[in-house]
Amino acid sequence: MSTKQLLVSAAIVGLALGTSAAVAQKKYDVGASDTEIKIGNIMPYSGPASAYGTIGKAEAAYFKKINDEGGINGRKINFISVDDGYSPPKAVEMARRLVEQDQVLLIFQSLGTPSNSAIHKYMNAKKVPQLFVATGATKWNDPKKFPWTMGWQPNYQTEAWIYAKHILQTKPDAKIAVLYQNDDYGKDYLKGFEDGLGAKAKKMIVAKASYETSDPTVDSQIVQMQGSGANVFFNITTPKFAAQAIRKAYDIGWKPVQYLNNVSASIGSVLVPAGLEKSVGIITTQYLKDPLDDRWKHEKGMENWYAFMAKYYPDGNLKDASNVFGYAVAQTLVQVLKQCGDNLTRANVMKQAANLKDFQPGVILPGININTSPTDFAPIEAEQLVRFNGKEYVPSAEIVSK
Amino acid sequence: MTTASSKHWIGALVVLLVLCALPFLVSDYHTFQLTLVLVYAIALLGLNILTGYNGQISLGHGAFYAIGAYVAAVMMDKFGLPYWLTVPVAGVVCLAAGFLFGLPALRLEGLYLALATFALGVSMPQLLKYKHLEEWTGGVQGITILKPDPPFDLPVNQDQWLYFFTLAVAIVMFLLGWNLLRGRVGRSLIAIRDQPIAAEVMGVNNALYKSLAFGVSAMYTGIAGALGAIAVQFVAPDSFNIFLSIYFLVGIVIGGLASIPGAIYGAIFIQIVPNIADQISKAAPWAIYGVFMIGFMYLMPTGVAGAIRIAWARVRHRSQSRGKRQ
Amino acid sequence: MDAFLNQVFAGLATGGIYASVALALVMIYQATHHVNFAQGEIAMFSTYLAWTMIDAGMPYWPAFFFTIVISFVLGVLIERIIVRPVERAPVLSVVVVFIGLLVIFNSLAGWIYTYTIKVFPSPFPTEPVHLGSHLFSSHQIGAIGVTLVVLTLLFAFFRYTPLGLAMRAAAQNPDSSRLVGIRVGWMLALGWGLAAAIGAVAGMMVAPSVYLDPNMMSGILLYAFAAALVGGIDSPGGAVFGGFLVGVLENLLGAYVIGNELKLSVALVLIIGVLVIRPSGLFGKIHVTRV
Repeated sequence: MSTKQLLVSAAIVGLALGTSAAVAQKKYDVGASDTEIKIGNIMPYSGPASAYGTIGKAEAAYFKKINDEGGINGRKINFISVDDGYSPPKAVEMARRLVEQDQVLLIFQSLGTPSNSAIHKYMNAKKVPQLFVATGATKWNDPKKFPWTMGWQPNYQTEAWIYAKHILQTKPDAKIAVLYQNDDYGKDYLKGFEDGLGAKAKKMIVAKASYETSDPTVDSQIVQMQGSGANVFFNITTPKFAAQAIRKAYDIGWKPVQYLNNVSASIGSVLVPAGLEKSVGIITTQYLKDPLDDRWKHEKGMENWYAFMAKYYPDGNLKDASNVFGYAVAQTLVQVLKQCGDNLTRANVMKQAANLKDFQPGVILPGININTSPTDFAPIEAEQLVRFNGKEYVPSAEIVSK
Repeated sequence: MTTASSKHWIGALVVLLVLCALPFLVSDYHTFQLTLVLVYAIALLGLNILTGYNGQISLGHGAFYAIGAYVAAVMMDKFGLPYWLTVPVAGVVCLAAGFLFGLPALRLEGLYLALATFALGVSMPQLLKYKHLEEWTGGVQGITILKPDPPFDLPVNQDQWLYFFTLAVAIVMFLLGWNLLRGRVGRSLIAIRDQPIAAEVMGVNNALYKSLAFGVSAMYTGIAGALGAIAVQFVAPDSFNIFLSIYFLVGIVIGGLASIPGAIYGAIFIQIVPNIADQISKAAPWAIYGVFMIGFMYLMPTGVAGAIRIAWARVRHRSQSRGKRQ
Repeated sequence: MDAFLNQVFAGLATGGIYASVALALVMIYQATHHVNFAQGEIAMFSTYLAWTMIDAGMPYWPAFFFTIVISFVLGVLIERIIVRPVERAPVLSVVVVFIGLLVIFNSLAGWIYTYTIKVFPSPFPTEPVHLGSHLFSSHQIGAIGVTLVVLTLLFAFFRYTPLGLAMRAAAQNPDSSRLVGIRVGWMLALGWGLAAAIGAVAGMMVAPSVYLDPNMMSGILLYAFAAALVGGIDSPGGAVFGGFLVGVLENLLGAYVIGNELKLSVALVLIIGVLVIRPSGLFGKIHVTRV
């Protein structure tokens, strides 16, 4: 081969490599481009679950912060958040709007078990990521049947299982009363709890009382449970009813060992209204740092959160753990998108979401990391059992995971 | 109410052609929304038969919608029956349910009937979640159903097929209703609404007609529920809370009581306006929706259909008087 | 026996809540012959106003009285500005306006105050009252007491004062009332104002027990509506009795008869049963119409 021929072939090879590299560099699905990434979100800004709307606002604020800092790999986030009023048919309509009309790349943190159940099959049929859903129901961790859906928070059944095991260890002859919200979330916790107690469930659970979100109070149920003679109380309630239950139990002189679900573990939103002295001894699990917990007062991760809230979400309630939650999940999404680089296809988004290794958003408890894999669609699986001492949560056991 | 003139039939045909063309002109998402408008229109016509024409207030029609939806879901999911069968079955079940509810309700008037129906609407989610019925209803988890495929390999997609199916059912139900209401039955219903004692004296069997009105109106809403369930592909107890019933009532009042086209205007209102409100204000969208409601009532106290009627009469009057002067 | 009595007392406590809201509903019905579905939300909004004042440092009782005055004015304004234009419209159109108000107040409260629960203080001492072995919350006893006081004042107002008579006349027969010289328009406005004021009291008595949040009144309104009707919509005493009846019934059904999952449905079925037997409610006046 002459030198000229060598040079020409080298040039051709170089050109081919260069072109294929350039072609391989940027891949977009609808919703992503050189300048922006469109992300859809469905939240209950109205209706019975509207207290959780602040999560959507915190997330929107975080994405604004990211945009102010230059975006993700130079692309700005266009966060389209819509209201479904906690109504499944509305959620279906909103999901279709986001996917078919607004043409988003993915739907992030849709909130509520019924709403997510309604759009579950649709999202997977359309092959659009239903990423980091804001519910702890167990069914989101099913990569084989639903490869486009992934949860984020530790699931309810695992948490309840942890409480059950703790009771079996510390109080094997306990008489347990359970108060639960009569819907998907409440029954999911109940199932995990009963599974955790195993064969002893029937004997140990002496009272089960449910309530609806339309009930004004749960006082009657608490009185019922006191009457059953139970000495352990598993409290599966959302914040307003949790505060009512905690206060009423104290006021009628019923002092069981109380396990409170993580959904209502926020010191500022639940224990303070209930009465801090009435909440002493409550056991729950944590995976996020609570803003009212003195342990984290001068800790870097929390200080970043305070700075973020002050600048980007000044209206947000600094005592509400939901705002820490939103911050943490938003960071996780940003990490996933960063890992995608220039390959912003929906398939790659799911691939990177299933490829998180020891990710720490700074506001998760030390020792708990976010890990996913193609067979493990549960980002956070570990939690820490804690006990409230009247002022803050004190770890009462090692970090547990199933 | 005389027989419709040929002008009316041509007008109706034009509307029909437009309706048939729509799904090919707009996106699948909009086709889905149009399907929902049709579904609500059927439901509102049902409620209008009871409340508009017969004067019996119902704050609980969401319950019949829920029964229809669950009948469809259970039939398709648990028994594998075809979707088109669920519609008539839901209708029959709700006809019976409505009639049975209407019987004891005969003793109740006005506010008290409103409370009774309100109670029905409020309790339905609880009943659907009841643990002993869980095997059938899927309990709090609800039931997911699959969208039907177009038959005979027609060149339309699922959303478009569902739209046409719903449109066909809607046309049948509206024709049925129109026929019912313009004849003796309609006049009896209105008579019972306006002058119940005089009607009874004149030989109208109040009790029978009132209970039948309940049954028929429930049947319409139940059929709408079945269609709605197939469109949304999911039923859960919390989809059918009291606000659904309240928005049905708002829909018929805004659309126009005792008016068949009123059902359509009302359906458009309750489907579209919340979306508009959401665009206007992210912070308090329902406040905007409330303002729309009050605004419509100020401008059109007899509903959109009533306002159109008044406007039409004015135009005709003006052209008539102009004609007379000439 | 102990547990049973506890449930009865818990029922009386929640019944007190229903009774106070039912009173506001009866008030507005007596004055306008309309059931105002937005009553609960207006009461909730008034309670938020009180909360804002207390949060800013005002002591309880001044805030309490200011809130009543502001709510009264708010009620009058709503009647003059929002309800007046549709006075002559068909009944159901007015109902839609009420539903619009309901939705607006609920949404506004959520927007201004967010949906996190807030603690609302109680003017009554915090130590529980002991009656035998039962513990009663002093607040709940105090709240029942306040409800009974309001009831007495209302009863006396309608029965024994010329203004009360004028109001009832204006509602029942506006045309004849005008002929006798009653300013019907202002009677309606007054009625709304009083209803809003009673609602504000109800809200401030309810909030300490159930925590203040925008959805505080939605569950209560249904029971209050049922209570007002079962007692007779034109009888304030009936409404209060109805409230206690509904509260106790709901608690006992939930604890002993049908479980919490169906107690709402069964309670409502029973109430409707009562109404089928006595269509005007237990203490309501039976209306006789001339043919």
